[in-house]
Amino acid sequence: MDVEILARLQFAFTIAFHYIYPPLSIGLGLVMVFLEGAYLRTGNKEYETLARFWTRIFAITFGIGVATGIVMEFEFGTNWATYSRYVGDIFGSALAAEGIFAFALESGFLGILLFGWNRVSPRVHFIATLGVWLGSMFSAVWIVVANSWQQTPAGYHIVGEGLTARAEITDFWAMVFNPSSVDRLLHVWVGAFLAGAFLVLSVHAYYILKNRHVELSKRAFKIALGIAIVSSLAQLVIGHSSAEGVAHNQPAKLAAMEGHFDTLAPAHMYAIGWVDKEEQKVTGIGLPGGLSFLLHGDFKEPVKGLNAFPEDERPGAVNAIFQFYHIMIAIGMILIALSLYAGWLWWRGKLFDKPWLLWVFVWAVILPQIANQTGWFAAEMGRQPWVVYGLLRTSDALSKAVTANQVLFSLILFFIIYTLLLALFLYMMNKKIQHGPTIQAQLSEHRPMQEEMSNRLNR
Amino acid sequence: MATFLGLDYPTLWFLVVGGVFSGYAILDGFDLGAGAWHLFLKKEKSRRIALNAVGPVWDGNEVWLVIGGGALFAGFPVLYATLFSSMYIPFMLFLAFLIFRAVSIEFRSKEEMAWWRKTWDITYSVSSIMLAILLGVVLGNVLQGFAIGENYEFTGNWLEFINPYALIVGVTTLALFMMHGALYLTMKTEGRLFAKLRLLLRRSIIFFILMFALTTLYTLLYIPTLSDRFREVPILFAFPILTFLAIANIPRLVTKEKYRMAFFFSALTVSFSLALVAIELYPVLIPSTVDSSFDITIYNAAASEKSLGIMLTIAAIGAPLVLSYTAFVFWTFRGKVKLDETSY
Repeated sequence: MDVEILARLQFAFTIAFHYIYPPLSIGLGLVMVFLEGAYLRTGNKEYETLARFWTRIFAITFGIGVATGIVMEFEFGTNWATYSRYVGDIFGSALAAEGIFAFALESGFLGILLFGWNRVSPRVHFIATLGVWLGSMFSAVWIVVANSWQQTPAGYHIVGEGLTARAEITDFWAMVFNPSSVDRLLHVWVGAFLAGAFLVLSVHAYYILKNRHVELSKRAFKIALGIAIVSSLAQLVIGHSSAEGVAHNQPAKLAAMEGHFDTLAPAHMYAIGWVDKEEQKVTGIGLPGGLSFLLHGDFKEPVKGLNAFPEDERPGAVNAIFQFYHIMIAIGMILIALSLYAGWLWWRGKLFDKPWLLWVFVWAVILPQIANQTGWFAAEMGRQPWVVYGLLRTSDALSKAVTANQVLFSLILFFIIYTLLLALFLYMMNKKIQHGPTIQAQLSEHRPMQEEMSNRLNR
Repeated sequence: MATFLGLDYPTLWFLVVGGVFSGYAILDGFDLGAGAWHLFLKKEKSRRIALNAVGPVWDGNEVWLVIGGGALFAGFPVLYATLFSSMYIPFMLFLAFLIFRAVSIEFRSKEEMAWWRKTWDITYSVSSIMLAILLGVVLGNVLQGFAIGENYEFTGNWLEFINPYALIVGVTTLALFMMHGALYLTMKTEGRLFAKLRLLLRRSIIFFILMFALTTLYTLLYIPTLSDRFREVPILFAFPILTFLAIANIPRLVTKEKYRMAFFFSALTVSFSLALVAIELYPVLIPSTVDSSFDITIYNAAASEKSLGIMLTIAAIGAPLVLSYTAFVFWTFRGKVKLDETSY
């Protein structure tokens, strides 16, 4: 296999694995801010118990997120040296800003969030929780800005030619607010809220079904359901706006997402389908002319198809992009239906009366994860063959000093380590969930033997 | 070229990057060092105390590496690209050990089984040791230079990175971090564990001083070009003198049982050693062993002046923030380690 395929595989694998965790951290962070906020306002110990419980789960997701995130930061240099030299001026500043403004805030307060419960007042602890959550939100800002610049470059000029060519920044704010960054940031944030909310819904639905921690769980379930309802509806609006942006800025990507080849024909919108790239045909069900209508308000209006672009400037894996994009949308719709239905039952006072619905919530935790992953796959594969849209090809962006064997070695290394990490993650999550929240009152009654007690608890 | 306080932007950014890596080495240095001692502590409770001494801060310490990586990428993209793609295998191992270490800290105390804890104790300690050595190996190779050809591309074989000088610098870095970590642990412990650590601390001071002398000797004998700058600008000789004084002060303070001051001086030793490296190299970042016209310098590696200006502004806003969270966290967890239900 050649270096390009291996390097792309490695990047895809390490980033996809990493992206399981940050959305959970952002989403759980939001839930924890709500829980601790409720505790501060009401003084109700139940909220504190819940916040402490979710902090322990958060610690696991955050830990693996950090460990796998550091890999990402250095992988640009190790595997994509030409790319790094080309975009360092711009992409590098976004990464450095993330380190200073986001990651430092997040990791700095993490110690207090995890270990400070008995050392600082509830108010200071709340500030620490808020700091960690805001840090994770800011992290998303800078990472999405950097990635969006690759999709829709702005605020730069090209200096030099050939191997020494590079993009230099001309306008920082134009770079930050490039045409796609705001839409995509909101899309990523809300996707993360959904990931966190559905994890909380899943765990507490499970407790209610198993008749454990029922009162606590009902409280937490309602908070998370509120987040899920608002987020899933917001995602509909944001997603739509994002798609319009893609149509405007990256028409080849949008054409691939809907499998639209012919430039002179109106474009359809599919709910489900299969793209035959050779025949340039999509077999599926959907709304004829739907995409034309969405973009131009007219079912007959032609939309720029893939054939409008030279062969070597269109994304190759059209069917994969089509499928990933449609899986994401389908999941978005399911999440809306699920949370609205639960919301309606809540309003009628029957939220916890249907065990089947609670079982659906137990398993629905996987859905936002799949949507987040497939959404990114569609976005990144749709950008091909460019690594920086219209400026630098992926095949030109590699490290010239790195051989295929070296990449194969690291790919196998990461594969082994990440398989182990995933197993540990699932094992630990299961263990923490089975253990459940610890009621604080029980702990404080044993103050004299606290250390003994805590040793036992922590094993 | 734009200047600030009489220094051009690439030089300023060189100082910023140096400052960040010096911060990283001081902070992660003590927790890597503490990790390197882990297997020397035999009792379960001692190991937990040592682990919890770094528990609330190690993650914040590692942030400095992330900031450093970002600072290199943003300020010296050419260096970032060349350094990491040339030393591909060492950095991949570095990343693997970094993950193992994070996971070991996180999961070690979450199960009671002896085999479980023993396994994570070993991975924690071994990865801490390997990380310290690898950092030194990278530094040693940067000091010697390596085969950089046209277009800043590495033209050598990665096995060249395993050489006597790099290994000596690697072991010296480990020795420095072990001394630094032992000092940190003595500040955080009491009773019999404290007594044991005092013993280990004394050994680590001897180990470090021997390694430091060996590195110095080796550098002077085999890489004499590195001392050119000190001959050109004699005033800079103050730095080696300060470094020696800082090192000499550590055993003195330890004998007087002033561990906090001794820790401060081992932190100074870390900074001064890096300052020596910076003086020896500047304005080169990586010397090329192929031809000095292929050297990577702060000028040919730098981002545009506009970008450096933006980054300097970001650093000026960010640095006080980062320092204040760091200080706040250390202050919150000041004093001896007490285990409670939130501990590792």
